[in-house]
Amino acid sequence: MKKKNLVAMLMAGAMCLGLLAGCTSPGGAPASGEPSQGTQGSQPGQNDNQGGQTTGTAGGTFKLGGIGPLTGENAIYGKAAMNGAQIAVDEINALGGAIRFELQAEDDQADPELGLNAYHKLLDDGAQIIVGSVTSGSGIAVSAETYKDRVFTLTPSGSSVDVISGKDNVFQVCFTDPNQGTGSADYIAENLSGAKVAVIYRNDDAYSQGIRDTFVAEAGAKGISIVYQGTFTKDTQTDFSVQLAGAQNAGADVLFLPIYYQPASVILAQAAAMNYAPTFFGVDGMDGILGMDGFDTKLAEGVMLLTPFSADAEDERTQGFVKKYKELHGEIPNQFAADGYDAVYVIYEAIQAAGCTADMSAADICEALVKSMTAISVDGLTGQGMTWQPTGEVSKAPMAVVIKDGVYVTP
Amino acid sequence: MKKLTQKIKGLKKTTKVDFATYLGVVLAFAAVTLLGRLGLLNRFLTGMLVPICAYIVMAVSLNLTVGILGELSLGHAGFMSVGAFSGVIAAQSLQASIPSAPVRLAVAILVGAVFASAAGFIVGVPVLRLRGDYLAIVTLAFGEIIKELINCLLVGYDSRGLHMAFNINGSLTISDLGLEPEGIAIIKGAQGATGTTTIATFTAGFILIMITLVIVLNLVRSRAGRAIMALRDNRIAAESVGVNVTKYKLMAFVTSAALAGAAGALYGLNYSNLAASKFSFDTSILVLVYVVLGGLGNMWGSIVAAAVLYILPEALREFADYRMLVYAVVLILVMLATNNDQLKALAGRILPKRKGAADNG
Repeated sequence: MKKKNLVAMLMAGAMCLGLLAGCTSPGGAPASGEPSQGTQGSQPGQNDNQGGQTTGTAGGTFKLGGIGPLTGENAIYGKAAMNGAQIAVDEINALGGAIRFELQAEDDQADPELGLNAYHKLLDDGAQIIVGSVTSGSGIAVSAETYKDRVFTLTPSGSSVDVISGKDNVFQVCFTDPNQGTGSADYIAENLSGAKVAVIYRNDDAYSQGIRDTFVAEAGAKGISIVYQGTFTKDTQTDFSVQLAGAQNAGADVLFLPIYYQPASVILAQAAAMNYAPTFFGVDGMDGILGMDGFDTKLAEGVMLLTPFSADAEDERTQGFVKKYKELHGEIPNQFAADGYDAVYVIYEAIQAAGCTADMSAADICEALVKSMTAISVDGLTGQGMTWQPTGEVSKAPMAVVIKDGVYVTP
Repeated sequence: MKKLTQKIKGLKKTTKVDFATYLGVVLAFAAVTLLGRLGLLNRFLTGMLVPICAYIVMAVSLNLTVGILGELSLGHAGFMSVGAFSGVIAAQSLQASIPSAPVRLAVAILVGAVFASAAGFIVGVPVLRLRGDYLAIVTLAFGEIIKELINCLLVGYDSRGLHMAFNINGSLTISDLGLEPEGIAIIKGAQGATGTTTIATFTAGFILIMITLVIVLNLVRSRAGRAIMALRDNRIAAESVGVNVTKYKLMAFVTSAALAGAAGALYGLNYSNLAASKFSFDTSILVLVYVVLGGLGNMWGSIVAAAVLYILPEALREFADYRMLVYAVVLILVMLATNNDQLKALAGRILPKRKGAADNG
């Protein structure tokens, strides 16, 4: 028996070693080569371009630190954002210009505690600019630290106002939650006037609760009648028959769903089963529903959503991005991927405008970028002519789309 | 000097282990502080010090319930949660009246401990009268209930004092608290506590570990501690010699809950954002793993296990997607290795004074 145990242990040990050997270059996360242990800014233009001797002309290899959930239940968001960012980094590096990027992505499992651990590791590895965090919860904790340390931070999709509030060096690519709530209410008031609205939202999720709060406030101001509000939590997102029956009995003809697409898909299926067919109205979290495994896209027919990004957009840039993303990762990019992609381009533009060089310290880069962020205007996948307020909020027009024959079309 | 060595030799073995534990923690603190002063610690390690301290206190306090009392608790994170949120409320609302951060932190930790011990008392009184695994079931439910309750909690503070609302049907928001314009929102329901001023420090964590050790080790070695262990070993025999079952069980359980609350307050004040979902069943199990791997009833084992197992998954970041898999394999290996007779014999041959080595732990 004892010998058997020892053999089992050796086998387990060998397995462990095999694992270590087999995964030096992780598949999903963009590998960034050896982490350069040197202090920040110790890598002045080691490329063949002009490097960064003169201040004023931007140049050198900037190290970006990405933070997002690469494992765990929210991995889909973090991976998409980091994959999108990596595509942008590769594109910019392929241009062969003076500015080059290197992206190191670290996992935070959407947890503030791990987010800070990841952030500290990135700084140790020489990151100068933070692209993150992908989720709001972790983002609030990380941005509080980057504010203290003066590291420029651009979050692709951390949409809570608390991520940016009171921090002059933290900016967002996505809409804030309140903006989405107000935007949706305005849209419904304008285009679906006289509708009786029901809201089903997840009340243990800051994103969902935040949008719902401002939606209800704006709806009150615009005179939209909200006839029913139903809640659910993470543990109860598999059955919505009670909430749907409540909405149906209240006579709601518009169902506002400020939630992610996984629970929304259940709602759509259950509503169809009970022959309840209101107009479904979602926000950016609904994006991705068409690409969901095992989801009958017929159910999503007629769903309206407010999203900054549509993978079916006709413009050349979106098409190019979608094609590249499909090639590399075998799936249609969602809004998070586009946010990550835009984030890198926004940093690129801001660096050009500010004239930063890679040998500057993170704090100097931060001060320069904070000034240039409010001056630039960027055309990205998630909006044309994006500009930023000093508060860190982005100004761009939300786009309402409706799902028709399995694709987004503008109504 | 000779007298001192003789005195040490004359001590009981358990006392020696206890003193070695104190000494080990002090030395570790001194070493880390010294390295930090010399600038030899990177940010990565420095950033992990406070959560490590919090998890060590969690592990030692859970060890009191699981190892010494012999009852299984699956909701230890629930007490941590109670302590964390009450501590954050205390610290945030006392900002004006107590400007000194260390004093405010101490008050917050105390408040966290008081609230968590109250929760422990409420849970413990009915459940600890029962026999069998009921404590595990009830603490499991307790952890989930606390999580849901805090998801509904809205707390704000302004010049008129604390404002609280309980958002049961999900229709209230922070604006319903009627805060004055300069008032601050402390807990925003599902979003948790955001915008917390982070005042937790490594020194405070070290002091908390020392206090925890003094409380737990003294309790275990006291008359009450012997009664608690007697209950664990044989309840009927202990009852027959007049040990009050409920009293001693409650004593251990409430102490354990209070210390978990203190750890929670320290943890909560280290992050500017804290959601109730952090203190889920997973966190309870994580702490239980620290205790089991460190050895039931073995306090220094819990300390070492908590520190090592916290750093391990972070140190495995190089493996990206595979790190949790590697972490699991390492856990299994440690379990097998520490229970393998051949390895033990091997270690005995290599380290002839194994007894002494263990004492230095």
